[in-house]
Amino acid sequence: MLQQVVNGLTLGSSYALIALGYTMVYGVLRLINFAHGEIYMVGALIGLMTSQAAGLPFAPAMVTAMAGAAIVGVIVERIAYRPLRKAPRLAVLISAIGMSIFLRNLALAVMGPQTRAFPIPFEVKQFSTGRFRMSSFDVLILLTSIALMIGLHFLVQNTKIGKAMRAAAEDKETASLMGINVNRVIAFTFAVGSALAAAAGVLIGMNFNAVDPSMGMMPGLKGFTAAVLGGVGSIPGAMLGGILLGMAEVMGVALLKSEWRDAIAFGILALVLLVKPSGILGRNVQEKV
Amino acid sequence: MISPYYYQLLVIASINVIMALSLNLVTGCAGQLALGHAAFMGIGAYTAGILTSVYHVPFAVALVAGAAVAALFGLIVGLPTLRLKGDYLAIATLGFGEIIRVAILNMGITGGPFGLRGISKHTNLTLAVAAAVLAYLTMKRLMNSRFGRALTAIREDEVAAVAMGIDATRHKVLAFVISAAWAGIAGGLFAHWFRYLHPSSFAFSASVEILSMVVLGGMESLEGPVLGAAALTYAPELLRGVSDFVSRHRMMFYGALLVIMMLVRPQGLIGSGVKGLSISKLGRIHGVVRLPQMERVTQWLTAAKQRKHLNDSSVSTDSRVVEERLAGLGMSSGTGSRGTGIGSGGGEEHAGS
Repeated sequence: MLQQVVNGLTLGSSYALIALGYTMVYGVLRLINFAHGEIYMVGALIGLMTSQAAGLPFAPAMVTAMAGAAIVGVIVERIAYRPLRKAPRLAVLISAIGMSIFLRNLALAVMGPQTRAFPIPFEVKQFSTGRFRMSSFDVLILLTSIALMIGLHFLVQNTKIGKAMRAAAEDKETASLMGINVNRVIAFTFAVGSALAAAAGVLIGMNFNAVDPSMGMMPGLKGFTAAVLGGVGSIPGAMLGGILLGMAEVMGVALLKSEWRDAIAFGILALVLLVKPSGILGRNVQEKV
Repeated sequence: MISPYYYQLLVIASINVIMALSLNLVTGCAGQLALGHAAFMGIGAYTAGILTSVYHVPFAVALVAGAAVAALFGLIVGLPTLRLKGDYLAIATLGFGEIIRVAILNMGITGGPFGLRGISKHTNLTLAVAAAVLAYLTMKRLMNSRFGRALTAIREDEVAAVAMGIDATRHKVLAFVISAAWAGIAGGLFAHWFRYLHPSSFAFSASVEILSMVVLGGMESLEGPVLGAAALTYAPELLRGVSDFVSRHRMMFYGALLVIMMLVRPQGLIGSGVKGLSISKLGRIHGVVRLPQMERVTQWLTAAKQRKHLNDSSVSTDSRVVEERLAGLGMSSGTGSRGTGIGSGGGEEHAGS
């Protein structure tokens, strides 16, 4: 049981990292960034390349992956979303979908369709007491995720740019009237969200020892689910939603057949939406007439 | 005689046209973003495929049964989810679509991950095109019916539509069910053309592809989805012929093409290009709206309601009456702001004109 909780926490914290990117972008742009799963994949890919080809140890590889993904995220926003700021929302959605297809197949062209193993740049220790097992991986994933989330919380709550992000999420026009460069804030939001996704990509890529071009699709959807679960647009909500989703999935697999894993996640999503569409920590938006 | 290659391409295009038209009823007409449309196609495909291959049911019966089962699932999924709005609806339909896919993947009778084999070939080009034309005509009739106008009203402003006495949820669910039924027919055709089914054909990415067809073509008219479906069916094939490099990475170019298309024509291939007429939150999702006409009708309806001169049924059964009266009101330009100066205007004086 305790074992399941740990497994759920590790899986959940990686979902939470992905969910944060979705939720921050949604908060500012009201856009479901469908290319986010692909950013996660790009992050894992960069992490793989830097640790394999350049032979970097874990921490620098991670930082490179995050920085690389952040740049990709900003470029994606600049090319595919910014020109459509005033376009119909469905057009932006399709643009995001196109970007997602493009990135996935770009990765396919660069690295080929085969799944690559992720060399582990450090020694994995197993801690076990009785039936309870925990690898240094689990610890690493948990610690990194927690550190990143605390960092994000500090960034959003206590810095000037964080304040600008919150202002832009509240009301873009008013924020720009107050002298906030909204475009720069949005680019920054994409950079931060992408970096977090890349961190998740590297961690999960190492954990499952597999990186491939289509690895972003399911975690992308799951991260998105987690964001909705917690209340899309809410940062603590995304963290909570990620953890809850990871837990529920692990528990569900333990109780049911593992083939139903994905159905569990989306079943929970559907259920939450029907009971409380705004998510657990989301605000109920009253439609104004 | 057309070559087998183009023959197949035309069959797929016809099936895609049916899919795009059916999704357009929900997303284009009613303005409800649905991201699980391929699942209904999957339900129709598997139902019809299993019926003909395992139970040896005649093809026509199986096709109808596939549509019926898809419609039933449309009702089951639509009833709870269509109370949601905008992105939440999109996510809920996405979730249900994935659940249906995983269910198909884990059932015995569907062949699960090995796919369903041994379906006989019944679909041909004539049948596929006939079905697509029938779908087009059905949608055309629907859009110009009282039901279709109610859907448009819901898309433009759900609150106002409800205030006008339209049961929004009922209309949306009905649209969803009709849409699912047509997707089921498309699925049945798909199954009996390829003779092999795999759950991955009906995954989220397939739903997304159909949505791209609708949006790329333009949601304003029925010609938009048809054009979008044809264009996006042909695009990867076209890219295949450009050069070896392009052919090998054609999906990459396909993605880039989608982005560029949206940057150049966000309103779709067929679309008036009148942007930013966001009269409501739902309108903003939809973006391109026929403001003048809608505004006029809304204004006229408001006036009629206020004065209680006409009961509800005569309001929406005959649009020509509306047009005549609007002409009588001298409002054909439709530029006046909503709800001002109409109630006091000529509604009564011109009522008989």
